[in-house]
Amino acid sequence: MDDQTYTRRIFLQRGMSFASLAATAPLFIQRSALGMLQPAGLSSQPGVPEDRVLVVVQLGGGNDGLNTVVPYGNDAYYKARPNLAVPAPGRGTARQPAALQLDGANGIGLHPSFSGFKELIDEGAACVVQGVGYPNPNRSHFTSMDIWHTADTSAKGYGWIGRYVDCTCKGTPGPEQTIAVGRTAPLALQGALQKPVTFETPELFRWMGEDLHPALEEPYQKINRAGRLDQVDPDSQMGFLMRTALDAQVSSDRIRAAVAKRPLVQYPRTRLAGQLRTVASMIRADMSTRVYYVSFGGFDTHAGQAGRHSNLLRQTGDALNAFYRDLKAQGANERVLTMVFSEFGRRVGANASGGTDHGTAAPMYFVGDMVKPGLLGRHPSLTDLDDGDLVFNVDFRSVYAAVLEDWMGTPSKPVLGRAYRKAVIFKPRA
Amino acid sequence: MKALSPLHPDDFDYWKAQHLLNRAGFGGTPAQVRGLATMGLPDAVDYIVDYHRIDTESVRADRFAADIMRPMSRADRERMRAARKANDEATLSEFRRRRQAAQRLDRRQMRDIQRWWLTRMIESPRPLEEKMTLFWHGHFATNYRAIEDSYHMFMQNQLFRNYAVGNFKALAHGIIRDPAMLKYLNNDQNRSQHPNENLARELMELFTLGEGHGYTEDDIKQGARALTGYSFRDDEFIDLDSRQYRRRHDDGPKTIFGMTGNYDGDDFVELIFSRRACSEFLCLKLYRYFVNDLPGEPDKPRQNFITAMAKSLRDNKYRLRPVLKQMFASAHFYEPSNVGSRIKSPIQLIVTAMRSLQTPTRQLGALADAADLMGQSIFYPPSVKGWEGGRTWINTSTLFVRQNTLVYMLTGRLPDQYPWDDDGTTYDAMHLVEHLREPDGRINLRDAVTYLLRISLACAVHQERVDGLVAFVEARGGRVDNAMLIALLSLITSMPEYQLS
Repeated sequence: MDDQTYTRRIFLQRGMSFASLAATAPLFIQRSALGMLQPAGLSSQPGVPEDRVLVVVQLGGGNDGLNTVVPYGNDAYYKARPNLAVPAPGRGTARQPAALQLDGANGIGLHPSFSGFKELIDEGAACVVQGVGYPNPNRSHFTSMDIWHTADTSAKGYGWIGRYVDCTCKGTPGPEQTIAVGRTAPLALQGALQKPVTFETPELFRWMGEDLHPALEEPYQKINRAGRLDQVDPDSQMGFLMRTALDAQVSSDRIRAAVAKRPLVQYPRTRLAGQLRTVASMIRADMSTRVYYVSFGGFDTHAGQAGRHSNLLRQTGDALNAFYRDLKAQGANERVLTMVFSEFGRRVGANASGGTDHGTAAPMYFVGDMVKPGLLGRHPSLTDLDDGDLVFNVDFRSVYAAVLEDWMGTPSKPVLGRAYRKAVIFKPRA
Repeated sequence: MKALSPLHPDDFDYWKAQHLLNRAGFGGTPAQVRGLATMGLPDAVDYIVDYHRIDTESVRADRFAADIMRPMSRADRERMRAARKANDEATLSEFRRRRQAAQRLDRRQMRDIQRWWLTRMIESPRPLEEKMTLFWHGHFATNYRAIEDSYHMFMQNQLFRNYAVGNFKALAHGIIRDPAMLKYLNNDQNRSQHPNENLARELMELFTLGEGHGYTEDDIKQGARALTGYSFRDDEFIDLDSRQYRRRHDDGPKTIFGMTGNYDGDDFVELIFSRRACSEFLCLKLYRYFVNDLPGEPDKPRQNFITAMAKSLRDNKYRLRPVLKQMFASAHFYEPSNVGSRIKSPIQLIVTAMRSLQTPTRQLGALADAADLMGQSIFYPPSVKGWEGGRTWINTSTLFVRQNTLVYMLTGRLPDQYPWDDDGTTYDAMHLVEHLREPDGRINLRDAVTYLLRISLACAVHQERVDGLVAFVEARGGRVDNAMLIALLSLITSMPEYQLS
């Protein structure tokens, strides 16, 4: 990316063709004005609709893939985890319910608590991509998470989604292209130009000073909604700050209005479900956002895994299920893809504390009407291990490449830095 | 040199002194600004730059624990190898648990170090020392996440502090011996048998010459060979006399910038610093950090100023102190187009507010988190390029975080916590305007508003701002008391221009 050319381009656009508009209009209005002049919008692939949305769900801590997508037909699984393995269908007990059987899957099922997700597979709206990882896996939570976020095994540079927006925004990132619901802005959404909108709850995406006294609201709004001041050059730092301040107010109004509506379906009362509910309401409000990001932690199950993991999977599956029902009720189920990942799976063998330690390859999960439903790819071998760890058979960047090209409709090479063979995730285009 | 000609001493007034303190440090109280203004220009600049004359608590090497991330002992390594061979899962998982426990402890120490540095920036009587330490941290950017050793980050921070206004070339020699940097750019894997070019490349591209400034891909390859064997064990650089270094170092002849010799890493640094581009690259960066960071290429007068700085840096054999003095004393530095023209970095925003408004300390952890949300987590720069800075600091979401952080600092109220002032500390804002009290004990509203705006904002105060705030207070009865001052400051710090320094 050459920042200087971008800056110059912004200057040309604002400084000449839209000088009068630039001084007063928020950035997003300018962007749509520019859009009218430029025949191609965000999408550079013909035939891909412009309103497609990607929702990323991050499971933090390293979700145990082997107990989520259960290879119950394999003895090696039970040998490696005598007390922790999920029983095969028909062999469950009250304390240890059996794995859920999947149509057409031989010897591989889902954790019994992941039923919310299984229902989506059964309806043909979800899939599992098995054995996803990368070469020389890193077992540090932080480094491995950064590797997934940067799509780079040295874990350096900007985020892959940030780069995606950088590559497609033609030098003028829209103010709400990416939204993260959470306390911090994920690295994945950080681009050189594109920075995500981040808020923990939408009520906090506003100026808190007005809570001090209601009388402060009016002077605050007057200051921050002005967009311009006499004698202030719109191209100066001050001009830029005033425009961004106006943008922020408009964004805040829009987001808070969006989430104020009651959702169309009931959501479970969990953290993840609450975040996805917020995302669904923003999608319903037809915001211009292309990527939403939510995260959910607690998967680092070194000890006493059985109960905790079951609980986490129930929350995850049920939240994804409610989210999909909501999208369907809105009629948005065809334009939203949800991608679920974790920084690594866990070791094949259980440890001595009824838990599992940091491992390597693990499945990814997708929800959406366009995905090829069911189990995709091969389950990693349980006998051909690398020092007790699973060996990946799909590089996660192949998955990113498929999402970028087939879903977002953009060439993946400029975003990922090199060409990856696309993983098969989607139905052949109808 | 004409471009660097100093400001006329008579022109150095209170507002110029405020500009100096904002840029060379993190602002200050009106009393501190007055003190600086009274010194006169040359003394004020000396006071800021020759800070070694000001006493401060020195940083002791044992300020933080060095031993949390010690490498495994030989005995442990052997036990682990044996356990792996025997598939002894219990022993292996004990090793993993131990390592993870150490990592947890180390991350906690990293947070402590973060808070410690933030405190230093807030309290140090030598603001330029911390400001330059922050400059070098962004310049030789190294991220803790890749290092996973908080003590190495602390050591690097100390290296930057020791050379803050010292010799740039000496610092470069230091950085190729710095464990955190060697690890971050993989030079610990750079051996004669399989060279790794990462450090050699970034040394020229990002640290000294700038991308495409007079070196070739081959110079990188040869430079990487010169740097082979530069590595560390535990907290120590591996000595160039040691057997281990000699085993890993490629002692053959290398051709760099057209010159041939049996160069090592230090020779490579010397060769780089013989290039003119080196001084020009650093001075452009210093100019952007201290004077003006408008996007795009600098215009002619600015470029002339940078060129003159670079010449001075070469004449001074890369000693920074004289160059910084010339910069801070120059008429150019105080030109209206340079005053109030830089967007504050998140750290600059927080530390300046604390130092100039004297708000209570509040929770440093919350402030460090806030800075992270604004895009600047110290010890975690986003890439080896450091922080992009300038307009990239600002977007719709960071702008709210900036405004709300100031509300927190003024009121003690965290965005998701009620009621306000939960930490029991009320900010005393009256001290800012006491001197405006008239003989009858009253404080004129317009005077107070104008004064608050002038000391809070780096740029000229717009009349509309004064009128708006006066009208607001008048509508609420017109009384100037502490609650009203906090309300006014909340509004002032929400102004777009408050983001400028």
